[in-house]
Amino acid sequence: MKYTEEHEWLRVEDDVVVVGITAHAAEQLGDVVFVELPEEGSEVAKDDEVVVIESVKAASDILAPLDGEIVEVNGPLVDEPGKVNEDPEGEAWFFKMKVEDLSALDELMDEAAYKDFIG
Amino acid sequence: MTEALQRTPLYEMHLELGAKMVPFAGYEMPVQYPLGVLKEHQHTRASAGLFDVSHMGQVILRGESLEAVARAFEALVPVNVLGLGEGRQRYGFFTNEAGGIEDDLMFANRGDHLFVVVNAACKDADVARMKAALEPGVSVEVIEDRALIALQGPGAEAALAAFNPAVAEMRFMDVATVDLAGAECWVSRSGYTGEDGYEISVPSEAAEGLARALLELDAVEPIGLGARDSLRLEAGLCLYGHDIDAGTSPVEAGLTWAIQKVRRAGGDREGGFPGADRILGDLAEGVARKRVGLQPEGRAPMREGVPLFAEAEGGEAVGQITSGGFGPTVGGPVAMGYVPAALAAEGNILYGEQRGKRAPLKVVNLPFVPAGFKR
Repeated sequence: MKYTEEHEWLRVEDDVVVVGITAHAAEQLGDVVFVELPEEGSEVAKDDEVVVIESVKAASDILAPLDGEIVEVNGPLVDEPGKVNEDPEGEAWFFKMKVEDLSALDELMDEAAYKDFIG
Repeated sequence: MTEALQRTPLYEMHLELGAKMVPFAGYEMPVQYPLGVLKEHQHTRASAGLFDVSHMGQVILRGESLEAVARAFEALVPVNVLGLGEGRQRYGFFTNEAGGIEDDLMFANRGDHLFVVVNAACKDADVARMKAALEPGVSVEVIEDRALIALQGPGAEAALAAFNPAVAEMRFMDVATVDLAGAECWVSRSGYTGEDGYEISVPSEAAEGLARALLELDAVEPIGLGARDSLRLEAGLCLYGHDIDAGTSPVEAGLTWAIQKVRRAGGDREGGFPGADRILGDLAEGVARKRVGLQPEGRAPMREGVPLFAEAEGGEAVGQITSGGFGPTVGGPVAMGYVPAALAAEGNILYGEQRGKRAPLKVVNLPFVPAGFKR
């Protein structure tokens, strides 16, 4: 797993990158009550706002961690946004993206670095 | 903000319970406990929730007679104070010369004095206002040595009656002096969640003992400000500084039920409060904008500040949301806001704009969740 400073995790699975938010982020957000996912097939640039999450407290965006194409979204999250709190680093992934150059992930934090980052 | 935040007598207990503390109206207050906002909300509606509301202002007004105090207080609020019976509480608000609302409050006739509870953020201004208007004939005593605890929900009666069965006999908006866990408490059967329940003014040194004893009951969980907000929003209750403020008339806010006939045109004590001309005028002639309940038709919550439009595209904003979020009991987004009177009819569709997109909301009757008061 790799991590961004935006509290996303990235996991490579069959040449695509699966993206979700960390348990730490889910806890900080509080109970998630709304998730809006991007369109499958859309081209995104790094730092584009691709997912909207609303918790009981506030709205926040999830940014595209890399340039690429959204190839699959986790549709069931729309009906069960609470899954983001229950299993943020497993079942509650948000989208899968195809990126040109997987080596871009090397620049992201590993688990130890992320743990340091969140203190 | 360099001024140190104040703490309530329950501060240490909140920390021990794992609360997340936030600054609120000059106090460090629990916004949520480990249960989380959603479950805290649901627990309150299903059972009983304990809230620390000690940041609110508690004030005692005394004079030569209760009648003299009530008469003097009527000069500050458009409410029937003289007609409030002993052992009863009423909702009211301080108005300004422009007919806006300076703060909303509860006041109770406790026999030889009036007991007033005001919002934390406004309490210094409220006390100054009362002193300026009422002294020297009426003394304004700020109570600094008492905490205020709310116990809310359908399980509140059984929980509190375990300490003193007398509380079960109280009706909605009754007040009484009741011994709870050895402390002299001033109890009202009221609250701000839309549920049955109590607000308990307890001596500071006894507050933690009483709170802990209540929390030992299976029915009672501690509830933070987060759930307090979603509970009052579902109940259609105004939050001062958001849904009502110095620029809002009580008629626009839909609070005319709190202005009794005796203070209205033709009443025995017509007017005689700040802004009477505007407020009585609004009552007679109607208002251009009204506070309404708004239910977003989609799933996305729409929050305070979201502009409202009459059309799905184009045009100028016609109003805005003043409170909004997810309603856990409703199971979807809920909001309140101000819209032109012509667009305020139940069932009317408006459009809220956020993230550059407009989405429909429907005007609905308040509250979103029926009140569980014990009348």
